[in-house]
Amino acid sequence: MSTNAQTVRSSFPLPADSRFPARGTRLGPVSVGVEEHIAIQTPKVGLSDICLSYRTQSGERLLALDNINLQVRSGEFVCIVGPSGCGKSTLLHLIAGLQSQTSGQVLIDGTPVQGPGTDRIMIFQDHGLFPWLTVGENVEFGMKMKGVPKAERLEKMRYYLQLVHLAKFEKSYIHQLSGGMRQRVAIARALATEPDVLLMDEPFAALDAQTRDLLHDELERIWSETGRTIIFVTHNVREAVRLGDRVILLTFRPGRVKSEFPVELDRPRSLEDPEVALAARAVLDELRDETNRSLEAEYRSGIKPHLEPGVQA
Amino acid sequence: MKRAARYIIFYAALFGLWTLLAELKIWPPYLFPSPWGVGEALYSGFADHSYWIAIRVSMQRVLIGYGISVVLGMILGLGVASNKFLEETMGGLLVSLQSLPSICWWPLALLWFGLNQNAILFVVIMGSLLSVTLAMEDGRKQMPKIFGQAGRNLGAKGFKLFWYVLLPASLPFIVSGLKQGWAFAWRSLITAEMLYLSLGLGQVLMMGRDLNDMSAVIAVMLLIIAIGYIVDGVVFKGMERHLHNKWGLTPAT
Repeated sequence: MSTNAQTVRSSFPLPADSRFPARGTRLGPVSVGVEEHIAIQTPKVGLSDICLSYRTQSGERLLALDNINLQVRSGEFVCIVGPSGCGKSTLLHLIAGLQSQTSGQVLIDGTPVQGPGTDRIMIFQDHGLFPWLTVGENVEFGMKMKGVPKAERLEKMRYYLQLVHLAKFEKSYIHQLSGGMRQRVAIARALATEPDVLLMDEPFAALDAQTRDLLHDELERIWSETGRTIIFVTHNVREAVRLGDRVILLTFRPGRVKSEFPVELDRPRSLEDPEVALAARAVLDELRDETNRSLEAEYRSGIKPHLEPGVQA
Repeated sequence: MKRAARYIIFYAALFGLWTLLAELKIWPPYLFPSPWGVGEALYSGFADHSYWIAIRVSMQRVLIGYGISVVLGMILGLGVASNKFLEETMGGLLVSLQSLPSICWWPLALLWFGLNQNAILFVVIMGSLLSVTLAMEDGRKQMPKIFGQAGRNLGAKGFKLFWYVLLPASLPFIVSGLKQGWAFAWRSLITAEMLYLSLGLGQVLMMGRDLNDMSAVIAVMLLIIAIGYIVDGVVFKGMERHLHNKWGLTPAT
């Protein structure tokens, strides 16, 4: 089985132009004048030749990520889609520095990543909020670790809670909030450390459709207000097209960049926009092959092709 | 309300049976004391301060011994849980050591520390350390991985990660182990005190035996039970309630 993965690897050329120049209108935080310079700037996040392999329990080497190259501009909203088992969540863990790649480099502003850093904050599907702290204390946590003085912490905490419309819940505990509110706290907690990059790992996957719609709107608004770079992982193509400036499609095991889709639709967008549906169709057509391969592998082995060790089931 | 009534009926019946057996005088009072005799012993014990002193000395010892156990046990448990080599080697040793009653350490403790307070502390620590260590090891493993990841992601590392994330995150999973550790510490203390005459509740109990005063023996036994029960009910139940309020459902009960 492991040799199989190796042979596929060499035959696959990488898509060339990942530094896609930004076009189209959008209500993004970066003004048009700045955008013109971006093509020659160092990308905010750069992945160069990222490979990751695991040793499975039976002792086989399994290639999970194969030669990933990707550049993300400052202030860009990039969505990564792929079938389950393509290693898209793992990729986020690598960027976050929570896990290390077998080879290749993760660059932030051209500097290689060494472990976790508060310039890149992850938002997990299971939100990862601390149940022993209040909502306010959760939002303060990153600043407390940095040694930010209490008064400043409180001020910022309140500012960011207001930004996600949860100011009234400062003293509540996490279990008292709904799923959508929890994700908003997670967003506020991430923003409070003032990271340059937000890494979002299927953050809305466990929410109901209405809540998700609402959070899409809020995330788009927060993104345009704060100008953060966002890398958003999802298996939902429509969601990716609705949110992203660019959609990156990964192949099923080993994960490689299969293709990129620039999304040049006006913002704010909505999940129901026919343009969004149309753009999603194009991505879905390409994704289908990969999903089929993923399902095939699942049926053959009888084991779910989940290879993301950092992710809770 | 109903629960209270059940309690009252049960304990009244127990008390009635005891009184009845004592009143029937099947056994002489020095073998089977009456409730009144025990009550008198309790009263005079508290009146001449000897029980207060004994309680203070015993509590002091158990708090020191248990405190050391908790700190050491947490460090050990965390070490064992996060190191594969330690887990494979020491993990098994710890489990097998748990089958050893803590009083078996008494002869060694006497040789190492002499006939003094430190020997008693050593037995108390050996009694409760393993429970705390195993609980911490288990708690660290049961704790969802996401808390550690989120903590590291937000800039916590080293001691800060342990203190602000790993420790509070594992608390619901170790509270029952801490409770068990307390029970072992308390029992080990009383046992050790009974072997070594130096104040403390265990010694007061043995004094009752030496004086053939079964009323006093039972009075002290009641005290030992009461203290164990109060600590469990106040400290640990309080801790569980606190965790429950914060976490919603406590993962471990």
